Amino acid sequence: MTSTVVIDKAAPTRAVKYGSMSRDRTWALRWSYFFLTLFAIFSLVPPLYMVITSLKSSAEISAATNPWWVFHPTLSNYIELLTRNQFLRFFLNSAMVSIFVVTITMLISVPAAFALARMRFWGSATLATGVFLTYLVPDTLLFIPLFKMFAAFGDWTGIQLINRWYVLLIIYPTLTVPFCTWIMIGYFASIPKELDEAAIIDGASWFQTLTRIFIPVALPGIIAATIFAFTQSWAQFLYPLVFTTSTDQLVLPVGIITTLIKGDVFAWGQIMTGALLGAAPPLIIYAFLMDYYIAGLTAGATKG
Amino acid sequence: MADVTLRKVIKRYDDVEAVRGIDLDIADHEFVVLVGPSGCGKSTTLRMIAGLEDITDGDIMIGGDVVNDVPPKDRDIAMVFQNYALYPHMTVAENMSFGLRLKKYPKAEIKTRVDEAARMLDIVELVNRKPKQLSGGQRQRVAMGRAIVRNPKVFLFDEPLSNLDAKLRVQMRIEIKKVHQKVRTTTVYVTHDQVEAMTLADRVVVMNHGRIEQIGTPNELYHNPATRFVAGFIGSPAMNFMPCRLEDVAGKLHIRLTDRIAFPLPPARAARYYNVPRSEKLLLGLRPEHITEAKAHPEPGVESFDAVLDVTEPMGMETLIYFTLEGAEEICGRVNPNAGARDGAPLRLAVDLNNMHLLNEGTGAVI
Amino acid sequence: MVDVAFQPNSVAGGSVRKRASLRTALKRKSTAAFLMTLPLILLIAVLVIYPAFYSMHLATLNKSMARFVGLGNFEFLFKRDTFWLVVKQSCIFAISAVIFKALIGFIVAHFVHNIPAKGQRKWRGMLLVPWVIPPAMSTLAWLWLFDPSYSAFNYTLAFFGIGPIPWTGDAAWARFSVILVNVWYGAPFFMIMYLASLKSVPDQLYEAAAIDGANWWQRIWYVTLPMMRNIIAITTLFSLIVTFANFDIVRILTAGGPLDHTHIFATWAFRVGIEGSDIPLGASVSLFMLPILAVAAIFILRDVNKRGNEA
Repeated sequence: MTSTVVIDKAAPTRAVKYGSMSRDRTWALRWSYFFLTLFAIFSLVPPLYMVITSLKSSAEISAATNPWWVFHPTLSNYIELLTRNQFLRFFLNSAMVSIFVVTITMLISVPAAFALARMRFWGSATLATGVFLTYLVPDTLLFIPLFKMFAAFGDWTGIQLINRWYVLLIIYPTLTVPFCTWIMIGYFASIPKELDEAAIIDGASWFQTLTRIFIPVALPGIIAATIFAFTQSWAQFLYPLVFTTSTDQLVLPVGIITTLIKGDVFAWGQIMTGALLGAAPPLIIYAFLMDYYIAGLTAGATKG
Repeated sequence: MADVTLRKVIKRYDDVEAVRGIDLDIADHEFVVLVGPSGCGKSTTLRMIAGLEDITDGDIMIGGDVVNDVPPKDRDIAMVFQNYALYPHMTVAENMSFGLRLKKYPKAEIKTRVDEAARMLDIVELVNRKPKQLSGGQRQRVAMGRAIVRNPKVFLFDEPLSNLDAKLRVQMRIEIKKVHQKVRTTTVYVTHDQVEAMTLADRVVVMNHGRIEQIGTPNELYHNPATRFVAGFIGSPAMNFMPCRLEDVAGKLHIRLTDRIAFPLPPARAARYYNVPRSEKLLLGLRPEHITEAKAHPEPGVESFDAVLDVTEPMGMETLIYFTLEGAEEICGRVNPNAGARDGAPLRLAVDLNNMHLLNEGTGAVI
Repeated sequence: MVDVAFQPNSVAGGSVRKRASLRTALKRKSTAAFLMTLPLILLIAVLVIYPAFYSMHLATLNKSMARFVGLGNFEFLFKRDTFWLVVKQSCIFAISAVIFKALIGFIVAHFVHNIPAKGQRKWRGMLLVPWVIPPAMSTLAWLWLFDPSYSAFNYTLAFFGIGPIPWTGDAAWARFSVILVNVWYGAPFFMIMYLASLKSVPDQLYEAAAIDGANWWQRIWYVTLPMMRNIIAITTLFSLIVTFANFDIVRILTAGGPLDHTHIFATWAFRVGIEGSDIPLGASVSLFMLPILAVAAIFILRDVNKRGNEA
């Protein structure tokens, strides 16, 4: 620490320390990186462990050698799962459900958001608040009455709604539509009104305004909402657990847990592989579209 | 090209009347500016001409056809907005051609029109850029280009220069004037800035509280304002209003400002004000440029008096002086920079009564 | 050339015509808007609002749903020890998990905010991974990490001489594990929200505080926290609702065990209602979440509206 005595005719003499501000900064930075590394390790240990375990044969797992290292890496778990009909069935079911739900969600959300954001009509403010409130109603509150409702519907009309994967197409939107609408309302509202007026004066009908101006300009919001809807659908566990029971109707999260865990015998190598493959689509989307992913997250609360 | 006519146009929002009966005739090729303070109804009027607002009552005609129920896209108008309203996901060329593409014009014609407009506005190098890559002035040009390309009957400008900095505003004013000289489309231009109104307009419409105060050429409004509002609104720094009375002194008509200051009126003025009741409360309206330093040989109609200056503002080519008479409101005058004006010092001033206005204090009307 | 006063009589005929056409124009816009929101309204009405009320009706029926028993189910629940255990556990679980998530999220957000902007993206990316992985999948990983015989954690702890911990076998440890996994999963959400909020606090405020003599703790207390008050409130309330209603983690990790000591409302409702085939009882259990959710929802609404007004 260098220290000089400054002779200032007006003030009493005092020692001035130079260089301490930047040193403080470097220490703050070092501590930050240290803790960040700690938290990063904490965050990444489970997924990394999934990867490690997936590469182990069941022999190596039961041999109870160092769990953090793979001594004889093997792809047998992957091959088993990917060639076995069941797992692929789960993956396919999940994919179909998710893609359909995303489509349904966007078809409902975008026009509704456009109407709520742009067209002021009687009750639009109440409806917008209502949409937000709906998002707060958890699936764990609704699963029992919904189960009973669908069972009763099946009894009345003979259309079997329990234990069919396409039932999920009706139920999942209750989870995705409110939040997606909310996100889209925020994005649409942030488009300046003059843009509509310029389009009107340029001669566009309201449909042309929606498709040629609004949707392109709000595209980041649409992508964020789509990602949100997809990842929500993919990760759903409770509803499929309640509504689907036969093996060929299961989606991925439920499938892995119910079929790979047979009684007390846990085939952990395959379970971890299954879990990893199940986590893959959201992770891949995240890796490539991280900004949209995060935008979807933060849109709800910060766009208020 | 077309003329625009407004007949008894009224706009009511719930209980509030934003526009209270406007009659206006705009001739073909004319550049008319609607000017007034915030909330005077000028933007609302413009938007009714555009069709963006419904008309509560009255008629609007473009080119002789009543357009009250005609949607904006069929009125053949183009509008330039205050914050440009450029489509952010389209290039400049696509922005400019959007209207034409909607109407399915042939590609070749679209290209010709866009190129021509781009050349006129000097934005040819920008045609493939997106709006976020442009500066404010460039964006405004693109917005104008979008309007020009449509070749409409009427141009509507809604405070287009308000978002630009002062220097850019001066440049763009000249651009707009040049465009009008070339294209000669009937233009209705809204602004709160009276300088823009004076410099751009063929005729100016001064609005206040939803009504028209006065319509006239810039010169007419400047030299012959009809009401106190117009007199005080046009011209910068604003006109001074001093309470006064008329009185007869020794057979000649005088105007008395304070106990000590009274000026004889020039003959032309005396004749005009002869019949005004002497007891009437009046305001003397004098523009700052007509309150100057006293000269050695004053012209007829110019009277001198002494005053103590409060504040001076040296502007370079002139000095603005502020003083009060008997502690009333601040009066602003313009003197030569070497007239010896100093804060707090006395100065002999002169008023040019040939350019005076006399207003009725109660009604605000100019006599 | 001057204004003309409004003369009602002379334009009466014209204005009637105008008003009629105005009304139809308005109607067109409203019907279009209504049609566009109709699917949304139907979805919410049929699949959210109706089930919520139906649930209240179901709670008043007996097990075979043939008879009306009024508050019989609720009386039954109040007498059972398991029910009160579930209430206690749900509250402890939700409150402590949210507190830890908020705290960790806040601290980590600060660290990320401190490092140069270029590196932030990388770190943010890594730290958000727990939230991206479907909770069902990541809980499986934790289950394996906590396995009684093969726990990787126990293996590592053995090197430090710490005996094998019954992560899911012992009641207290099971509760800890469940909260741990929930915090691991949810803290990144808080981190992201707080990071965004931190960035919006103007640097000049910190500079002014520094000049006024504030140290790092005082800066946080007097500048950061007040500016972030709204977002902290909203995220905390949000998370309370979501954590309170959590199902996946507890179900997969402990299935409510050992001996019902980690059951929360959602998992117990599932056990009783679906596995135990007693739908009305299950509905009654779920309904107990309602008052707490409603209170939290009211607070959130108030805060979100406040936010909207100040923006």
